[in-house]
Amino acid sequence: MCDYDVIVVGGGHAGCEAALAAARMGASVLLLTLGWESIADMPCNPSLGGPGKAQIIREIDALGGEMGRNIDHSYLQIRLLNTGKGPAVHSLRAQADKEAYQARMREVLKAQDNLKVEVSHVENVLIKREGQVKGVETREGERYRAPAVILATGTYLGGRVYIGNESYSSGPYGKPASIGLSEVLKRLGFRLARFKTGTSPRITRDSINVSKLKKQPGHILPFGFSFETHSTREDQVMCYLTYTTPRTHDIIKANLSLAPLYTGAIIGRGPRYCPSIETKIMEFPNRERHQVFLEPETRTGEIVYLGGLSTSLPLEIQREIVYSVPGLEDAEIARPGYAIDYDCLMPTEISPWLETKRVPGLFTAGQINGTSGYEEAASQGLMAGINAVLKLRGQEPFVLERSQAYIGVLIDDLVTKGTEEPYRMMTSRVEYRLTVRQDNADLRLTEKGFSLGLVPEERYEIFSKRRRQIEDELARLRTTIVSKDAATSNLLKEIGTSPVQSRTSLGDLLARPEVNYQSLAIIDKDRTELPEDVILVVEIELKYAGYIRKQMRQIERTRRLETRRIPTQTDYSQIHGLSREAQEKLSVVNPRSLGQAARISGVSPADIVALMAYLETGSHRRKHNSGDINEI
Amino acid sequence: MSKDRDTIVAISTPLGEGAIGIVRVSGSSAIAIARRLFRDPSGRHGRELKPWGVRYGSIVDCETGEYIDEALAVVMPAPYSFTRDDVVEFSCHGGVAVLTRVLEAVIKCGARLAEPGEFTKRAFLAGRIDLSQAEAIIDVIRAKTDSARKLALANLRGELSSRVSCIRENVLMLLAHIEASIDFPDEDIEALGTRDLTQRAQKAVSDLNELVRLGRSSRVYRDGVSVVLAGRPNVGKSSLFNTLVGKKRAIVTEVPGTTRDVIDDWTTIKGVPVRVVDTAGMRKTRDPIERLGVEAANEQAGEADLVVVVIDGSCQICDEDRDILLQMTDKPGVVAVNKCDLKTELDEAGLIPYGGGKRILRVSAKTGEGVDELEQILADLAVTEITGVSENPIMANLRQLEALENAKHSMEEATHALSTSVPPDLTAIDIHEALFWLDQITGQSASDDLMEKIFSEFCIGK
Ligand SMILES: Nc1nc2c(ncn2[C@@H]2O[C@H](COP(=O)(O)OP(=O)(O)OP(=O)(O)O)[C@@H](O)[C@H]2O)c(=O)[nH]1
Ligand SMILES: [Mg+2]
Repeated sequence: MCDYDVIVVGGGHAGCEAALAAARMGASVLLLTLGWESIADMPCNPSLGGPGKAQIIREIDALGGEMGRNIDHSYLQIRLLNTGKGPAVHSLRAQADKEAYQARMREVLKAQDNLKVEVSHVENVLIKREGQVKGVETREGERYRAPAVILATGTYLGGRVYIGNESYSSGPYGKPASIGLSEVLKRLGFRLARFKTGTSPRITRDSINVSKLKKQPGHILPFGFSFETHSTREDQVMCYLTYTTPRTHDIIKANLSLAPLYTGAIIGRGPRYCPSIETKIMEFPNRERHQVFLEPETRTGEIVYLGGLSTSLPLEIQREIVYSVPGLEDAEIARPGYAIDYDCLMPTEISPWLETKRVPGLFTAGQINGTSGYEEAASQGLMAGINAVLKLRGQEPFVLERSQAYIGVLIDDLVTKGTEEPYRMMTSRVEYRLTVRQDNADLRLTEKGFSLGLVPEERYEIFSKRRRQIEDELARLRTTIVSKDAATSNLLKEIGTSPVQSRTSLGDLLARPEVNYQSLAIIDKDRTELPEDVILVVEIELKYAGYIRKQMRQIERTRRLETRRIPTQTDYSQIHGLSREAQEKLSVVNPRSLGQAARISGVSPADIVALMAYLETGSHRRKHNSGDINEI
Repeated sequence: MSKDRDTIVAISTPLGEGAIGIVRVSGSSAIAIARRLFRDPSGRHGRELKPWGVRYGSIVDCETGEYIDEALAVVMPAPYSFTRDDVVEFSCHGGVAVLTRVLEAVIKCGARLAEPGEFTKRAFLAGRIDLSQAEAIIDVIRAKTDSARKLALANLRGELSSRVSCIRENVLMLLAHIEASIDFPDEDIEALGTRDLTQRAQKAVSDLNELVRLGRSSRVYRDGVSVVLAGRPNVGKSSLFNTLVGKKRAIVTEVPGTTRDVIDDWTTIKGVPVRVVDTAGMRKTRDPIERLGVEAANEQAGEADLVVVVIDGSCQICDEDRDILLQMTDKPGVVAVNKCDLKTELDEAGLIPYGGGKRILRVSAKTGEGVDELEQILADLAVTEITGVSENPIMANLRQLEALENAKHSMEEATHALSTSVPPDLTAIDIHEALFWLDQITGQSASDDLMEKIFSEFCIGK
């Protein structure tokens, strides 16, 4: 007897996407949150996107998730980063109006069929005698039953907040930490890690001396995060930049003994990409100054976030630090920065479809899996939601390959290598970056989203049209031969590129660095009006064809390993000659393919060959082998 | 872990090399068996066999004490061998018959014949050394001469991987600078400018070039070279052959046309393994058997790496000499004016126009005069002519060389990309490719190291 198909615990970015995905796929879903005000909250920087993360948002959107649409409805400012660094890494970033963001997400949740949201504090996971999950129990002892439970509890799990000498059990924003759940997971045998993150002080808007700050305006663009968006808002808010001073650094050095990080009070591991200002100053003593970003949390509200000043020093010291920064001499701290450490699962406890290996039916998503970042959390929520429903339907799990999506890389990294610090996505983690760009996320994933039932019919129609336009235009440009007349040679001279040889196509011309789509308009008579986002993809595909081919070859090279499946029941202790370390690591991770096995740290190439040999001899008769040394 | 593994033995003759064969023994009683079979040069039992030592001696039948073959024995103790068992390798002179007798002798002492593929499988499964080191072990065993063995041992200590690691470090740093500026666009990262990046890339290219060059030259020490003795009949080719290989293998008579077929043997000349090939004297002949011999001689001469054109110094140069010299113009080698113990009739200056730039050297197969110099020239030619390198080579096998070449190619493309307007994310594709190939040598994984490098190098984070 079940109350729901899927129960989602936690209403952060992971929880929201998980609940929406499951409900959109037709499951009856209960979302349990600590409060409506915690829905899709941004307790750290009020911003989304940037390199690695923008691609994830696009992928969420392409699969039918909510984050892209939601930020497009609620940003204060949007910018396109990395435009000079090549097509693979163009990345959108937005400053969010965090309250508007939350408000819209609440409306979307409320409007969603099959989805019920309740405010409740979950303290226990209920397990059947046979070991599967059967529901959750709240602090008040109320029980909800479901064959699939998704834990998306963020930093609340055993959370502890530090400011100076003070420390107390808490989630972000003074919400209660979830001690019970942490204990339950330990009891179920999960191995937990303790991670740490920090946040910066917030100041009040009208205490800032704007005249001393560097302006950072937004951009006007023909697109947004969602593929449904084709313009940018006019009413963007200005952001500002300032820098720390030698005085800032002196203050911090003098008060280091008060920093919980340096007194040893904090045991959790912090992310290297998001260090506190204490850490930055101590570890890079040669840097004369560090950036401080002023990021308003809302369009009209009082609070401004000080990006770059994450600290857990006592409030008095935080004040002195803030005063030492130009433009902030009179700033008033609205809320101090703090460090928080919290429990999370060792991500190697989780399968590539985000189900825990110990408790069938129990899924986890977001910070509980050792990641940091709203986008990373949201994408896991989406994947967990999808896979929970697929499991109930008895269908194959939905797993994205590393060559298909950033999300694929994110989850594969987690479940294969685990992580030593809160995991943040970066483009440099993605080996096939040029083929998984933000501009082609829909071409990669919307078909999948549609067959999962997440992408509505009309959105799919629009997508299909765009895909057709791209394919047709690519074909047209590749096959249209440029005539060698005066108009052409004049134009090419004007552009500053060499004249055409015989049978040069428009596509060939576009491959030249000096030439772009627009510049060929005069000699391209058959051209029809196309949306800018179509032209963008077409141009990249033609211009970087050589590099795309290189990348395809790299993908092809690993395909043999990636497609060689390893049976789930494999007993690694029985495989002769695997190193002990490899046996242990392989047993923990239980990789799906030889490719995944090869990525586990501590598994050497020789181990992979052993594994290959085992798989070969297991399924085939032993081939005659001379024992020739050249085979090694 | 090796305790419960029984001892297996297998013949392993590296492909295409008939001269040296290897019998490998792996398992808990491998060393004990080796001690029973192996005698040092003075005939004593192989008690001296020490871990990691390379010992010269002979193999005897442990029951009858009968001599089987001379051999080099290499002992690799568990768990440091590549099977994690105790391993002993006997490198013998080869020949299926001899190898089979050695194999039987080992089995008599209690080892079991390895199942097809069993040894290879065990060998694979160690995983405790990186790829190039594992391969170096193989090279130690395959090495035909001391110089090759020295190179292989240097590699075992990590010569190749340490050189590759150095290059890899540089390439990784280059990539970290590019990646950091991509992933952290608005943090003012002090990343290197294009000029510095290009310089680093160029450095990697030239380092890789150097390594490829040095690696290629190692092939000479490992695989050896072939030297063919060519000349008209009766000039003393067979005599010189016997002098070089140090045995009376070829028949020597004063009848011209004695050698009818090709004879070859391996020897070591100044550390380089050399296959010396004696041929039938090259002349026009009616004798059908001799004619076949002459044809074979021409063929051998064509395939050999080096040639020694033998001329009889005790008589005048004749047309046949000139023909042979002209035929060999393009082949590196030496002109040996033989029988210099006799009265010289030959006008050496008359040879120069036909020699193709080859050194002309007076030797005597009879007295040994000039032979040492001949050997030195041949050894130098083997290294310089064939590989273009004269300094310390680095042992690299074909697979490793190929990986180095690929890495070099990718870094060349990256250098080109850096110096033109190619965006950094594309340049990174070539650099990643280069790292992939370098990692094929060291067995490392660039992705983890890249993160490490980015974070240690740059102050990142808001
Ligand atoms: N005095 C002297 N006699 C030599 C020398 N080398 C070879 N001879 C003699 O020359 C004759 C021919 O020697 P071989 O070594 O058989 O000559 P070859 O070139 O192999 O002759 P074919 O096999 O017939 O082509 C023999 O009588 C040798 O003893 C030398 O350095 N000095
Ligand atoms: Mg002869």
